[in-house]
Amino acid sequence: MPETKVKGITPSQTVGPFFAYGLTPTGRYDWNDAFSNNLVTVDATGERIRIEGRVFDGDGQPVPDCMLEIWQADAQGRFADPKDKRAMPNSKFRGFGRCGTDGNGGYAFDTIKPGSVPDPDGKPQAPHILLAIFARGMLLHNFTRIYLDGEAANASDPVLALVPADRRATLIAKREASGSNAIYHLDIHLQGDNETVFFEI
Amino acid sequence: MTLAYPTASNAAHPPRLSPAYKSTVKRSPAKPLIVMRHTLTELTGPVYGHETVRDGDNDLTTQHKGEPLGERIIVHGHVLDEEGRGVPNTLLEIWQANSCGRYIHVRDQHPAPLDPNFTGAGRAQTDAQGYYRFVTVKPGAYPWGNHHNAWRPAHIHFSVFGHAFISRLVTQMYFPGDPLFPFDPIFNSVTDANARTRMISAFDLENTEPEWALCYRFNIVLRGRNATPMET
Repeated sequence: MPETKVKGITPSQTVGPFFAYGLTPTGRYDWNDAFSNNLVTVDATGERIRIEGRVFDGDGQPVPDCMLEIWQADAQGRFADPKDKRAMPNSKFRGFGRCGTDGNGGYAFDTIKPGSVPDPDGKPQAPHILLAIFARGMLLHNFTRIYLDGEAANASDPVLALVPADRRATLIAKREASGSNAIYHLDIHLQGDNETVFFEI
Repeated sequence: MTLAYPTASNAAHPPRLSPAYKSTVKRSPAKPLIVMRHTLTELTGPVYGHETVRDGDNDLTTQHKGEPLGERIIVHGHVLDEEGRGVPNTLLEIWQANSCGRYIHVRDQHPAPLDPNFTGAGRAQTDAQGYYRFVTVKPGAYPWGNHHNAWRPAHIHFSVFGHAFISRLVTQMYFPGDPLFPFDPIFNSVTDANARTRMISAFDLENTEPEWALCYRFNIVLRGRNATPMET
């Protein structure tokens, strides 16, 4: 196809309140799910973890009409995308998940703890998950990152270092006591005193 | 292909706080966003298998026993990068109200009829040239509670992925000449008039199918341009 003259990108608009039947039907509508909140494939190696929490607005009210999407590397720090020119993943792990919040603003992802991914200078980043947040009242999605409590590499992570120290905790999921798989808890505050750090990318 | 994603391109997007659209007031960040360099995490993105889009997922008029009521339309176009090159094999998801302006969503209480033959959800994957095509019915306008006598212009919601997670886009496609444009705070949240026109499809007579369906063309431009040595 010949190149088409373009004069700028298509602007974003809100996902609106009524996206669930199209994007996150989860058995409630006559439509199938393209994606789920469980990223774990039977052949994926690595530590199985659950990340869960709730989403709140600037009044501290839960956001029940929110959609969260995550993108992450596998346990070896490789992305399931041919653009990652390092060794390709050898499992079916796709690294992408989607979850609509429930009536209490709650969400959960079952996944694998990601490995370390280099920054543009080749310096290792701490294990992290990219998170995109969509909702009614959000004209453009917010990008943030989920880091994991207790990782020694957090102290030298180049992206966390950009964040004022008193706001870093909004990005770090707290490990909770659990019987089997590790459970991490992270609430998302779209606005307010505990506002989550969002990134301009 | 190596692409760069200049953040200047984001100026086309609406400001997150757009008070005329009231729901933004408590859901937009009040603190400054942190600027960061793009790493491999931002510059890669999901790849989907053939199971993601099934045969017929791009035709919203054949998902039930009968045909939905309303005006049958074709919506097609290309997904492009910022230099006008097609974005191949990328996923589009759409969802919309029926021809009466009613969503199937359980919380939509607009007193307009549901159509048992219309769900309003579809998927397509672009071909090697970035081309996609849907068949659906034209959605109706509908009222909402933002302000007195508030009505949304007819629109189809689009979700698109693109080359990397950073190019992720959720937007709405509008129809040309809608009289509700001047009154809609969501459409007008995009402050640049030229950028607003990029959300409006074009009537496409050439690809309108005689005796069958009107056609609208909607090209979607995602972030991403060729990386030059200066930018890497």
